[in-house]
Amino acid sequence: MSDIIKSLKNLKELDGLAREDSAIHRISPVAKLAVTLAYIVILTSFGRYETTSLLPYVLYPVIVFAACNIKAGPILIRTLYVLPLVAFIGVFNLLFEKGTFILGETAVSAGWFTLMSLLLKCCLSVAAALLLMATTGMDKIAHALRKLKVPKLFVLQLVLTYRYISVLIEEAGCISRAYALRSPKHKAIRPRAWGPLIGLMLLRTYGRAQRVYDAMCIRGFDGDYLTCGSPKMRAGDWAFMLGWTAGFILARIVDIPAFIGKLITGVM
Amino acid sequence: MHMADALISPAVGGVMWAASAGMAAYSIKKIQPDMDKKKIPLMGVLGAFVFTAQMINFSIPGTGSSGHLGGGVLLSALLGPYAGFLTMASILIIQALFFADGGLLALGCNIFNLGFFACFITYPLIYRLIIRKGYSGKKIFFASLASSVVALQLGAFFVVLETLLSGKTELPFGTFAMLMQPIHLAIGVVEGLITSAILAFVWRAQPDLLEKTEPGKPIGSIPIKKIVIFFIAAAMITGGVLSWFASTNPDGLEWSMGKVSGKTEIAAVGGIYDSMSQAQESTAFFPDYGFKDAGESAGETGKKPAAWPAALGETSVSGLVGGAMVLVLTGLTGLVIGFVKRKKKKPERSATGSP
Repeated sequence: MSDIIKSLKNLKELDGLAREDSAIHRISPVAKLAVTLAYIVILTSFGRYETTSLLPYVLYPVIVFAACNIKAGPILIRTLYVLPLVAFIGVFNLLFEKGTFILGETAVSAGWFTLMSLLLKCCLSVAAALLLMATTGMDKIAHALRKLKVPKLFVLQLVLTYRYISVLIEEAGCISRAYALRSPKHKAIRPRAWGPLIGLMLLRTYGRAQRVYDAMCIRGFDGDYLTCGSPKMRAGDWAFMLGWTAGFILARIVDIPAFIGKLITGVM
Repeated sequence: MHMADALISPAVGGVMWAASAGMAAYSIKKIQPDMDKKKIPLMGVLGAFVFTAQMINFSIPGTGSSGHLGGGVLLSALLGPYAGFLTMASILIIQALFFADGGLLALGCNIFNLGFFACFITYPLIYRLIIRKGYSGKKIFFASLASSVVALQLGAFFVVLETLLSGKTELPFGTFAMLMQPIHLAIGVVEGLITSAILAFVWRAQPDLLEKTEPGKPIGSIPIKKIVIFFIAAAMITGGVLSWFASTNPDGLEWSMGKVSGKTEIAAVGGIYDSMSQAQESTAFFPDYGFKDAGESAGETGKKPAAWPAALGETSVSGLVGGAMVLVLTGLTGLVIGFVKRKKKKPERSATGSP
C-alpha cells in the first residue's frame, strides 16, 4: 500500500512543481521536449567506457534546477529509485569485462568504467526527463504533442489516463487499506480475493468511464481535443532549444574535461 | 522489464521508437473508422485502472513473495488489440515521464516489449484462438495464462536482444538470456493468473463486457509483409542516421573523419593549435604533473592510439582532473544563478512588503 500512496504523492508533487513560475517554466513545451530528447539521445550515444567526458552534461540539470524554483532533493531521490536495475546489469560488467585501463600507475578493470558510465547516464537521463515534467506538466506536454502532429485520439486518451490515475490510485489505496485492516497477517492480496477485489474495481471503473463520458458530452465533447492554446515559439524558445542542442553536440565532439585537464596538467 | 535509457544506444532506441510509433499509427488507423466516441474515455479510464492495478501487490501462494499485474493481455481482452496497444503505450509514457520507470529513449523499446507482443501476437494468436468458440471459466484461465507467459517470454527475449545490440554491457548473450527468461516465466505465470482471475470475475458479473469486445482480427489478416518492410526500412533509416552515435570502436565521428580525410585522427599542428598549446603551458596549474614528459607525449600525438584495453595514463589522469574541474565549474554556475535569483527576489519582496 505504501507504493500506492507514494505514487500518488509523487504524482501530486510533480503536478505542483509544474504549476510554479520561472524562466524555465515559461519556455515553450515544444522547445523543452526537443532539448530533453536531444540531451538523452546525445548522452546515450557515448561509448560504454566514457565517464569523465559525460560530466559536462551535468551542467544542464544544474542550470535548470538553479533557474527554476525547484528543490533538487525530491527529483534526485526519485532518480535514485531507478539506479538498482542499471546497477544490477552494470555490476555484471565487473565479472565479464576482461580488459583493464591504466590509471596513473594502477590498473583498473574496464568493468568499473562501464558501471560508472551506465550509472552516470542513468542518473542524468532520468533527471532530465523528470525536470521536463516538473517544469512543464502534462497538459502542456499534450499540447506540445499536438503541435508535433501526434494524432488527437492518442493525445486525448493519454491526458485522460493521466487525469484518472490520481482518482483510481486513491480508490486502490482505500481498497488496499481496507484489505490490510481486515487481513493484518497478509502483506499482499490472497489469490482467492484477486478476482472479486480487482474485478469489482474494474466494474466500477466502467461505470466511472460512462459518467466521465456523459460529463464530457454535457460540456460539448465532440471527439476533439481542445486546449486554450499556447503562444508560438518565441525567440527565447528558439535560443533555448538551439543553444542547448548546440552545446550538447559540442560536448559530444570535444572532450571538454580532457581538454581542461590537459590545460591544467600541461600534458597535451 | 522496463528498460532504462542508459542501457540502450540511440540506434536501437531509434529503431524501436520507429517500430512502436508505426504500430501506434497503424492502431489509430484501424480503430478510427468505427471509433465510438465513448471508447476514448473508456480507454483513458481503463489505462488509469491498469496503471493503478500494477501497484497492488498480489501474494504468490507457497513462495512468500508477491507479484504485479502487467496489463497487456487484460487491456487487449477488454478493449481489443488496437485500443489495448494505444492504452498500454499511454501507461508506459506516463510511467516514463512521471515515475522514471523506463526512459524517453527507451520508450519505444518498452512499448514494443510490453505492448506489441501481448496485443498483436499472443492476443490474436493464443487468446482469441482459445476463446474463439465462446467464453468459459476454463478457457479464460488457459487463454490468459498462455498468452501472458508467451508475451512475457518474447518481451524478455527482446530486452536481451536490445541490450546486447546496444553494446552497453559486456553480459554474454547466453548468460543474460538465462537470467531473464526463467525469471519472466515465473512473472508470466503470475501475470496470467491475475489476468484470468480478473477476467473470470468480470465475465461472470457482466459477460457482455468481454463478449462484445472487438474480436481482433487474426494475425493472418494483418499485412505482415507491409509491417516487415516498414520495420526493415525504419531500421535501415534510423540505424543509418544514428549508428554513428552508437558505435564505440571506431568512434562514429572518427569513422566519419576517416571517410572524409582518410585518417581517423587529424594532425593538430600549427595555427590555433600552437597558440592554444602556448596558452595552455602558461596557464597550466601543474605543469610538471604529467606522467610522461611533454616531448614524449607530443611524439605520440600523431600515432594511432594503442588498441583497447591499453590506455595512456596521462590521458586518464588529465581526464579525471578535467572532469573534477567541470563539476566544480558546474556547481559554481548553479550557485551563481541561485545567488542572482535570490538577489533579484529580495528587492521584489521589500517592494511588496513596504506600504
